[in-house]
Amino acid sequence: MFYRETGQFKTSYAADQALFPIRQDRYAMVAMLVVAFIGIPLFFSDYWLTALLIPVLVFSLAALGLNLLTGYAGQLSLGTAAFMAVGAVAAYNFQLRIPGMPILLSFVLGGLSAAVTGMLFGLPSLRIKGFYLAVATLAAQFFIPWLVTKVGWFSNYSASGVITAQPIVILSIAFNSPQKKYLLVLAIVALLALLAKNLTRSRIGRAWMAVRDMDVAAEVIGIRILQTKLTAFAVSSFYCGVAGALYAFAYLGSVEPDGFNLDLSFRILFMVIIGGVGSILGSFLGAAFITLMPIVIEVLLTQAGHAFNLTLEPGVTSMVQLLVFGGLIIFFLIVEPHGLARLWQITKEKLRLWPFPY
Amino acid sequence: MSFFFEVLIGGLLAGVMYSLVALGFVLIYKASGVFNFAQGAMVFFAALTFVGLQERFGLPFWATFGLSLATMVVLGTLIERIVLRPLVNQPQITLFMATIGLSFFIEGLAQLVWGTNVRRLDIGIKDEPIPAVLQHFDMAVSSFDLTAAVVAGILVAVLAVFFHVTRVGRALRAVADDHQAALAVGIPLKQIWAIVWSVAGFVALVAGLMWGARNGVQYALTFVALKALPVLILGGFESVPGAIIGGLIIGALEKLAEVYLGPHIGGGIEGWFAYMMALLFLLVRPEGLFGEKRIDRV
Amino acid sequence: MADSNKNGAVLLAVENIALAFGGVRALSDVSFEVREGEIRAIIGPNGAGKSSMLNVINGVYRPQQGTVRFRGELHRSMDPHYAAAHGIARTFQNIALFKGMTVLDNIMTGRNLKMHAGLLEQAIYIGRNRREELAHREKVEEIIDFLQIEHIRKTPVGRLPYGLQKRVELARALAAEPALLLLDEPMAGMNVEEKQDMCRFILDVNDEFSTTIVLIEHDMGVVMDICDRIVVLDYGRKIGDGTADEIRNNENVIAAYLGVSH
Repeated sequence: MFYRETGQFKTSYAADQALFPIRQDRYAMVAMLVVAFIGIPLFFSDYWLTALLIPVLVFSLAALGLNLLTGYAGQLSLGTAAFMAVGAVAAYNFQLRIPGMPILLSFVLGGLSAAVTGMLFGLPSLRIKGFYLAVATLAAQFFIPWLVTKVGWFSNYSASGVITAQPIVILSIAFNSPQKKYLLVLAIVALLALLAKNLTRSRIGRAWMAVRDMDVAAEVIGIRILQTKLTAFAVSSFYCGVAGALYAFAYLGSVEPDGFNLDLSFRILFMVIIGGVGSILGSFLGAAFITLMPIVIEVLLTQAGHAFNLTLEPGVTSMVQLLVFGGLIIFFLIVEPHGLARLWQITKEKLRLWPFPY
Repeated sequence: MSFFFEVLIGGLLAGVMYSLVALGFVLIYKASGVFNFAQGAMVFFAALTFVGLQERFGLPFWATFGLSLATMVVLGTLIERIVLRPLVNQPQITLFMATIGLSFFIEGLAQLVWGTNVRRLDIGIKDEPIPAVLQHFDMAVSSFDLTAAVVAGILVAVLAVFFHVTRVGRALRAVADDHQAALAVGIPLKQIWAIVWSVAGFVALVAGLMWGARNGVQYALTFVALKALPVLILGGFESVPGAIIGGLIIGALEKLAEVYLGPHIGGGIEGWFAYMMALLFLLVRPEGLFGEKRIDRV
Repeated sequence: MADSNKNGAVLLAVENIALAFGGVRALSDVSFEVREGEIRAIIGPNGAGKSSMLNVINGVYRPQQGTVRFRGELHRSMDPHYAAAHGIARTFQNIALFKGMTVLDNIMTGRNLKMHAGLLEQAIYIGRNRREELAHREKVEEIIDFLQIEHIRKTPVGRLPYGLQKRVELARALAAEPALLLLDEPMAGMNVEEKQDMCRFILDVNDEFSTTIVLIEHDMGVVMDICDRIVVLDYGRKIGDGTADEIRNNENVIAAYLGVSH
């Protein structure tokens, strides 16, 4: 009964096309933004901010990028981490080599570099689909970290191959505290999420979904398949690139090419699947779920260990993680292919009536 | 010159190992249209089970082999029941993602049950140059690699016969072509799939033993199995000879590239060379050397 | 009774079309023309090559021989994008709707070629893109009204019954405001009422918008009723071409097709 839409009639197409046509959604969004921007930095500890919330936001952005490519445009990619790496390394180099470069611009240029790379590796998508394309993206996933490590110029000839990211300074304000970093990341991610949402409800979003659902029909309507697919790769990789830059600059403080490995690509894919394929909200839900799950597992296992008086081998947690992730993927694909986002939608629909039975 | 041949043969034989893994993919794809990303995990699981059983019970080779095979059959049947059956009408991409989840699950399960230590696997054949060949041709050709090639050859022959001559094999091909039609003709779909996954489990076990003996049984085995994907791209997903030839080509080119090209661009090419090749190949001939060109009728 | 005095200019002419897949000959030396404003039917037994003919007209298939002349422009083979951009729209035999989208979104994709906001403008949304979206939404709503599908505009297409899906597909084709509309068995699988509705819609489209229509149809009653001229194909060859009366009395056609009572 709290989520009743009755009485809310849209009297113009403009009202119908609004981002949040239902009043309750608008209030919820405002409340969420207030909590996110004001509440969280005030009340959550530094640990929560740096170890959990910032990575969740960064991964949400990457998951968002992958969702645009795989969920909306239907192009399966296993190379997400590689494009994040491009973004991180490119941002570092732009910041390093151009004096007086504003760091936000470095992020954008990092994203654009990733976009170009994404388009290159997306070229095969004109001729191949599905798992063939996934294998092609694996080429990016294995090649790019190798390239970044081998070509010393990228890491400014650092002996260990690890790049130390520059500190973030915008308009003479140093973003060095957890709160400031969190707010910066939140602002960037929120803005990019809005832009992504707008794309999905515009011409390109429809073109992506058309290509995903039936590309022959899309072609006949006049949608240029190659352009549409390449745009998907470009935009998606841009998002992953910016996420990679944020990952390096605002979270880790460094860029380790090996860290952008196949494992990370899979994790982000899992975020998309569990959160909800083809859903902006789902990217956030999935990222939160996957990032927080290991902690939950760890806690549960230690509790179980105490309860049953067992000592757990180190590494059991990661094994159980694999089990749980794999199992959850299968579970979600069978039970709710549209993931947590759809479960959330169903909850909202139930809220239309609750607490009344019918 | 003989060095070149040595590298080439070494590459070809390494390629045979890739083919062994690719065979498992092809089997499942041929019979159920499912692209089983978890094949690598199955290879790992099979090898780990074998080694684990050996450690635990110390039985002779063939007994352990039989037990491991039984385990793989059980695994295959469970997979078919729990994962595939509920997803039967879903688009291929969903099934593919399910097998990705499956691969993680199997990897976690294998290590949880048998532990994470690297194990040595000894099947009695040494990885040493064959004396006769060394003497006559001045080339170091590993007897282990050669054995692997022979094993693969036998396996392929057996499978080829199985698919084309036996009734079950024909039924499998029918199912791969069109599930509905196969059902209409009275082919018991669920049994067929259980059989297919079990055969794939058998192939995985053989591949697991070969790979495990070569490199030790460890988690990295699953990544090696990923190399089978470029093999499939070259050979076509539905072709048993394609898996072999694709494996040979990938193995040979990879080795040659590492030895001749590698020093010029920093080494470590083997990590990505096969994939790049597959990528380029996809641009030219997406259906692979032996695959069938699909014409989409509207 | 359709008006069979439509003697407009020739809008489309296919000349000596030959099409083969591997060893299978789908079309052999087929030539006919379509005049502006008329409703032309392509009929023939199953496998006669009718769908293939439509596919050649809008560029999905490339014929090995022959040419397509549209609005005076000669094409060795039609390009799908060119066809769409110059006023050819179509529906498919097995509904080619985008199952993951709503009815409204499906029809809006029909307007994609007419929208020009750039990528960045779409991302920002406010401004040019929003105006474009609203303007095209109005046009799409007109078509939704016309085909009486207002009640399902927010429904995902995959959930609709077959007859409504066919109507949505027609709406999407109309959204492009085509000069030439190709309909592949628009009434297949429909009951009598649905067929009558669809007939009415097709006639209205031809009447109100002067859209030239080429349609493939098996129901002879419908064909004789609403079509101006008919092309008959059999085994990929043209065996008849003329008005309903002429076709009715054509021996070859009777032998191949109409001889069997439906």
